Amino acid sequence: MQIALLALQGDFAEHEAVFRKLGCATLQLRQKQDLLQKFDALILPGGESTVQGRLLRELDMLSALRQRIRDGLPVLATCAGSILLAQQLLDDPTVHLGTMGISVRRNAYGRQLSSFAIRGTFGGMKDVPMSFIRAPQIEFCVPDVEVLAEYNGRITAVRQGRQLAMTFHPELDEDRRIAEYFLTNIVQKDR
Amino acid sequence: MDNVQYKLNCDLARMLKGGVIMDVTTPEQAKIAEAAGACAVMALERIPADIRAAGGVSRMSDPGMIKGIQQAVSIPVMAKCRIGHIAEARILEAIEIDYIDESEVLSPADDIYHVDKRAFKVPFVCGARDLGEALRRISEGAAMIRTKGEPGTGDVVQAVRHMRKMNQEIRRVANMAEDELYEAAKQLQVPFELLQYVHKNGKLPVVNFAAGGVATPADAALMMLLGAEGVFVGSGIFKSGDPAKRAAAIVKAVTNYQDYKMLAELSCDLGEAMVGINPEEIKVIMEERGI
Repeated sequence: MQIALLALQGDFAEHEAVFRKLGCATLQLRQKQDLLQKFDALILPGGESTVQGRLLRELDMLSALRQRIRDGLPVLATCAGSILLAQQLLDDPTVHLGTMGISVRRNAYGRQLSSFAIRGTFGGMKDVPMSFIRAPQIEFCVPDVEVLAEYNGRITAVRQGRQLAMTFHPELDEDRRIAEYFLTNIVQKDR
Repeated sequence: MDNVQYKLNCDLARMLKGGVIMDVTTPEQAKIAEAAGACAVMALERIPADIRAAGGVSRMSDPGMIKGIQQAVSIPVMAKCRIGHIAEARILEAIEIDYIDESEVLSPADDIYHVDKRAFKVPFVCGARDLGEALRRISEGAAMIRTKGEPGTGDVVQAVRHMRKMNQEIRRVANMAEDELYEAAKQLQVPFELLQYVHKNGKLPVVNFAAGGVATPADAALMMLLGAEGVFVGSGIFKSGDPAKRAAAIVKAVTNYQDYKMLAELSCDLGEAMVGINPEEIKVIMEERGI
């Protein structure tokens, strides 16, 4: 199992550590030629979506990655990653990969003083730690998007086909269940 | 600050990794920095090079100016308070700044005590020249560390010295026998528990950026090669000939710091770099403030 991490900016090293502990091989995508390597799944880490989006374009990686995802590459996206996947950003005309039928509002909860941590339910799994850091919010989904987690009526995790996106950071806590869910239910499952 | 908030604050620094934090003095500069790919901006009235040129006492920036920058960009906004200036720090917290830099670039307000950063909810980043300074600041509640370097000089030598020194000391501590840590904690004047973390993990418990004197894409790549997790660029961008182009080049250099062909391309036609001053020409040594 080869897991690729978008390693342009952000906390990709934290994701890498999680998947290594789960026995996966990993590789970092920092430029276009890295996309020629073979990989079975893609991780879009937390970080600043403006920076990651800009670098995806500047390094000419955006359209190739978009095509891979459209062709069925499994994707796990956290926080900034969900902004990259969104088909629409509210209050912002930019669309990055735009492969997922969700509308996302950036910094929906406010500045760092409004960041928070909870334990919530994710797709039937209870008591999952969830850290929201200057987090975005998923406001609308197209009908075939499955909602996996909510907090106070706000959508915090969704799945559409082989794309899994959340507005919090499972990689920052010891609990590995969301990464395992991704491997078992999406990466290792036949389409 | 409780442990949950402290973790959230350390985790925000993790989101900045692999990125470039740029000094800006106006909303217009902040927009240029954001468009060029800054992962955060540091709002301040005068960049370090101008603080040096102007002399006198330098203080926290006008909160109105900082608010203008907060409104201009969507990325995190940081601002500096003087070392030990509890009230400036509280004011910055009150305007919901994302990170406070308790910074030696400003004139210290207290020549003995740093701000008790654990008493705050807002995160702090502090400068350090070695492992001892870094762990003392973390012990006071800093959620992120940066090298001090020598700000406003455009000379990377002190940032290199500080990063090398910190990493040498980390390696030395990692290789110690467990029972040698008590004496090492005494010598470094740091809490035993923090030193034990360094011994076990071979790294600082918080994110460590490079700062102070980075002026070119090559400087930024150098600091990443030496183990920095990201880079602050102060005077280097808006004191140069073509700030937008230089800023974008430094951002790309930090991501692809090991692709030397790309670094060569990024280093072409950037216009004039900031002039820079050598260590022996400096009158004010900022790195010696707050140890």
